[in-house]
Amino acid sequence: MSRAAHFRSALPRRCWRATLAAGVLAAAASMGAAPRAADIPLAERRSSYVDMSAATRAMQDDDAANPASLWVLDGETLWRAKPASGPACADCHGEATASMRGVAARYPAWDAKQKTAIDLEARINICRVEKQDATELPPESKDLLALTAYLARQSRGLAIAIADPRLDAVIAAGRQLFERRQGQLNLACANCHDDNWGRKLAGNVVPQAHPTGYPIYRLEWQTLGSLQRRLRNCLVGMRAESYAFGAPELIALETYLLWRARGMPIESPAVRP
Amino acid sequence: MPRALIKLPSTAKRGEIIEIKTLISHEMETGFRHSSTGAPIARDIITNFVATWNGEEIFSARLFPAIAANPFITFHTIATESGTIEFRWTGDNGYSASEQVKITVE
Repeated sequence: MSRAAHFRSALPRRCWRATLAAGVLAAAASMGAAPRAADIPLAERRSSYVDMSAATRAMQDDDAANPASLWVLDGETLWRAKPASGPACADCHGEATASMRGVAARYPAWDAKQKTAIDLEARINICRVEKQDATELPPESKDLLALTAYLARQSRGLAIAIADPRLDAVIAAGRQLFERRQGQLNLACANCHDDNWGRKLAGNVVPQAHPTGYPIYRLEWQTLGSLQRRLRNCLVGMRAESYAFGAPELIALETYLLWRARGMPIESPAVRP
Repeated sequence: MPRALIKLPSTAKRGEIIEIKTLISHEMETGFRHSSTGAPIARDIITNFVATWNGEEIFSARLFPAIAANPFITFHTIATESGTIEFRWTGDNGYSASEQVKITVE
């Protein structure tokens, strides 16, 4: 029996906290021989939307109740606004509802110039600098989130399509990070999200970590946030050192996670608790 | 600029009960938090919400620091006559925002 399977079957649900502590100790004792987490079978994958309360699901489903709609509206304004230095997004790309449909489903995408993967936020900033002669928008700034939310909204309902073979090395690097134990708790992302999804951690359901709805309006944050913010959050929870916004590690993790969620429908902008 | 989202039916039958949903962007800073240097962050919230139908008040609410950011207020009313429903939010630091939506009652 694999250690992961043993972990799942042999222990009653109610002692999950004690189990986690024991698991961490056992893992520390057997370091070096850390088991590789099993991938979630494609058919068993699900969005954490299904784990949310009926009230939170209703909030996401109704654009008039989903607070992220406020950012989408701001994003539409920014899309048409002409910066002092160059053309508006709409001057080159036209109506986003047509030209940007399906774009967010392909990100992170390969950038031939930088010879690496870039996420949607980075793509927006490249456009700003190169085409609009404007300054980069800082990570998690309201305008960057608004534009990202507006673009991601145009792909709602489409399947995540990370299939570019040039991304293979980035995906492999992301997988390696996802499965590598790190931080003071000596946990890998996979210990929770591959091995123990669906069980509870501190009263919350452990999700499978499929980033289907970013940027998300997280009720805990009381605002919209990117996938990189969520990943940095997770690393703090693991008592590991967070990577800086835009770090290659975060891009690799993002690319791996989106590839892992390939084929799943986009919910952006989603609401999460 | 504050941004509000209003959802209500554009037409209704006289006497029909309609649902009105309002969502407005606002930080709703509680006044109980401190900055990273320990300085208190001043309260900055929406304190009042009023809805009027052709000038007559149909719904009002007082808001407090425990209300989450981007307040979402939904309520029901009886459709009486065609006209304009106005929504007004006021709050700390002279905050004021308003929206108007037309409705036809047959």
